[in-house]
Amino acid sequence: MAIRAVSTVFLSLSVVLAFGQPAKPSAVRAGKRAPIVQPGAPGKAAKTLPAAAVAARVRVPAEADVGFMQGMIHHHAQAVEMVDLLRTRGQRKDLLAFGERITISQSDEIQFMKQWLEERGRPVAPAHNHAGHMAAGMPLMPGMLTAEQMSALAKAKGAEFDRLFLTGMIQHHIGALVMVDELFDTPGAGQDPVLYDFATDIDNTQRAEIGIMRGMLKESR
Amino acid sequence: MVRIATLPKPPGFAPGDATAPPEPPSDQPGRGEPGSPRRPGVQYGSTNSDLAFSGNHLFVGNYNGINFYDIDNPAKTKLRTSLVCPGGQGDVSVYGRLLFMSAEAMNGRTDCGTQGIPLPPGYKPPPPPKPDPAAPPGARPPRQPPPPNPDRFRGVRIFDISDLTRPRQVAAVQSCRGSHTHTLVVDPNDKENVYIYISGTGPVRQAEELSNCSGGDPSTNPDTALFRIDIIKVPLAHPEQAKIVSSPRIFSDEKTGVMNGLWKGGTHGEGTQTTSLTDKCHDITVYSAIGLAAGACSGNGILLDISDPKNPKRIDAVSDPNYAFWHSANFSNDGTKVLFTDEWGGGAQPRCRESDPMHWGADAIFTLDKGKLTLASYYKMPAAQTDTENCVAHNGSLVPIPGRDVLVQAWYQGGISIVDFTDAAHPFEIAYFDRGPIDAAKRGMGGQWSTYWYNGHIYGAEIARGVDVFKLVPNQFLTQNEIDAAGQVHFDELNVQNQPKIAWPSNFIVARAYVDQLNRSGALTAQRIAALTAVMADRRSAGQLQSLAAGLEKDAPAAKPADGQRMRALASILRSYSK
Repeated sequence: MAIRAVSTVFLSLSVVLAFGQPAKPSAVRAGKRAPIVQPGAPGKAAKTLPAAAVAARVRVPAEADVGFMQGMIHHHAQAVEMVDLLRTRGQRKDLLAFGERITISQSDEIQFMKQWLEERGRPVAPAHNHAGHMAAGMPLMPGMLTAEQMSALAKAKGAEFDRLFLTGMIQHHIGALVMVDELFDTPGAGQDPVLYDFATDIDNTQRAEIGIMRGMLKESR
Repeated sequence: MVRIATLPKPPGFAPGDATAPPEPPSDQPGRGEPGSPRRPGVQYGSTNSDLAFSGNHLFVGNYNGINFYDIDNPAKTKLRTSLVCPGGQGDVSVYGRLLFMSAEAMNGRTDCGTQGIPLPPGYKPPPPPKPDPAAPPGARPPRQPPPPNPDRFRGVRIFDISDLTRPRQVAAVQSCRGSHTHTLVVDPNDKENVYIYISGTGPVRQAEELSNCSGGDPSTNPDTALFRIDIIKVPLAHPEQAKIVSSPRIFSDEKTGVMNGLWKGGTHGEGTQTTSLTDKCHDITVYSAIGLAAGACSGNGILLDISDPKNPKRIDAVSDPNYAFWHSANFSNDGTKVLFTDEWGGGAQPRCRESDPMHWGADAIFTLDKGKLTLASYYKMPAAQTDTENCVAHNGSLVPIPGRDVLVQAWYQGGISIVDFTDAAHPFEIAYFDRGPIDAAKRGMGGQWSTYWYNGHIYGAEIARGVDVFKLVPNQFLTQNEIDAAGQVHFDELNVQNQPKIAWPSNFIVARAYVDQLNRSGALTAQRIAALTAVMADRRSAGQLQSLAAGLEKDAPAAKPADGQRMRALASILRSYSK
């Protein structure tokens, strides 16, 4: 593309410039480091902190945070499984397109959650769940379809499948909202800002998806 | 565009020091968990976020506080002060000696402590309630909420920065949903106060922690803290007295008065996007010069009349079948267009892959006429990004090139795209910057959060890598004269969501930008371009200038609208020199 071709020149130039002018913090060598100030509560005095005291430390995550991420991976994985069934057993075209969107967002979020856990040195599934077999041994998270519900879904076809899929996925998503509520209602949990953003986004998205599915369910009646 | 400086994040914000002991977990009173935790993997430090400018200072928000930089010489940008004060994404604004900061996350404290909100010593959580066998599948009885804590802070902090090396917190205004973003509003008729619009997107706090807070459905709770924004009045002589003075329900239905009058969820039809419910604004951009604000409010884009800043009145609302989450807005300088952004996926997900639709996670450009918004087009950065790069439309500001509407916009790890939306129906990219993923092997949160033009340079808050400084360089879509003309615009202060009206001086530097544009568009013949160039070079007489101006004025009505405006603006400059 023409635009890219033109700008590539500038990009490589920028790299040269950036490398040609390494940041030499002369002020630091002169011993004039920028102060690190921690203000107090309103009206209270501020403190100046030594750099060593504020080296950004990684907080050991709250157990409830870890449990939320591990549980939500388990929870999301079922949605992906359900859409797998939808591809061969469903009837409505609009539902299939919607299901594909659920798969994209839930798969991306699974990756995000795995990354979050990995960065904090935690396994993607609870320790008692050996070899990481998600479905086996791990208790169902709120809203997850039971084994019976899943097998009923796997046997259904056409309009009946669509109905079971919609009622099942609504139940499933409501469970995600419950999980977010429970996270923020757990003392000490949800204080990691990255997790906070993620959990509020899940709430937002799944609430909207529930609205769409309720509409589809109404249409089909 | 060319990157001329990058400043990695300073101590307190930089990637974790592996030798430092980890903080104890926030759900353990006293000691850490038994056994030693594994050393964490790759970390990029705390996230950089939004930017504000004042004089020769740049303020960079961060999940862990704010960093102040000296930008006297942008290529040698220097850290001036680090302010440590966690509490969420830390949206920043500055007004004179006052610095404002948003706090929304659960770890914020009124005293700016970094420890979060630990549990009281000896605290034992109540056992989870027994499930109700009659409850529908998926439902669970609500748990006992955590103990309220008077130290928790969610809202807008106000710092006094008269002494830049010793910022002091003068007020901390609590709100029910905290502050995800905020917008500084300056009432031209009120010299005593400024206002802050709070957009909160998080869970509502319990009344035990902050009185009068309750959430829930508006049909059962008329006092719900959902479906509103909060407005703080800040007395400039006494900022410590800042408080919330109104909480307008700007989503109400005009006829029935129900507070959830806008997008209630559901589908726009087959193949359309999943749009969030409108129970909050994510961000609001005010344009006091025309008395309007554009709210990016989750499921809708809205237009507010802010002639009385305490009582904004909704005058229009739009929804869009391709939009997931209305995120932010910019007006064109003449107020005839509004560019909204859609943060599909929330910002942490890759949404610029080849497989992602070009109308999703994109800008939507609306024309604005007599208080009505009309969709004209979508714009998404054209280069496909990889699966490991979080990417979606994000914050940008106008680049003050006269005669054009140009936005420099952050796309997270998609980098920066500079878009020309002069023709609202045909936006196109004129320059970009993209340095690739922070990690090609796996996903990591990084990229540009906000990229704003300020007094001749572009500043970027790179989430992982630090602060970037750029300058524009000419290419086939942008001339040196246009860059020089943009450089004629100077702000004393810039808060992008309190959009300033740009005014250009009446001089030949600006005039040459118009000439280049009329040349590029073919609106003028090569002969006339040459005559205009020559007359500005040195051989000018009043008569020549006036005759060229008259010619431009005569031809302007027949030209395309953008060219007509350029011709009139150019003629006016020529006439000013002929006097």
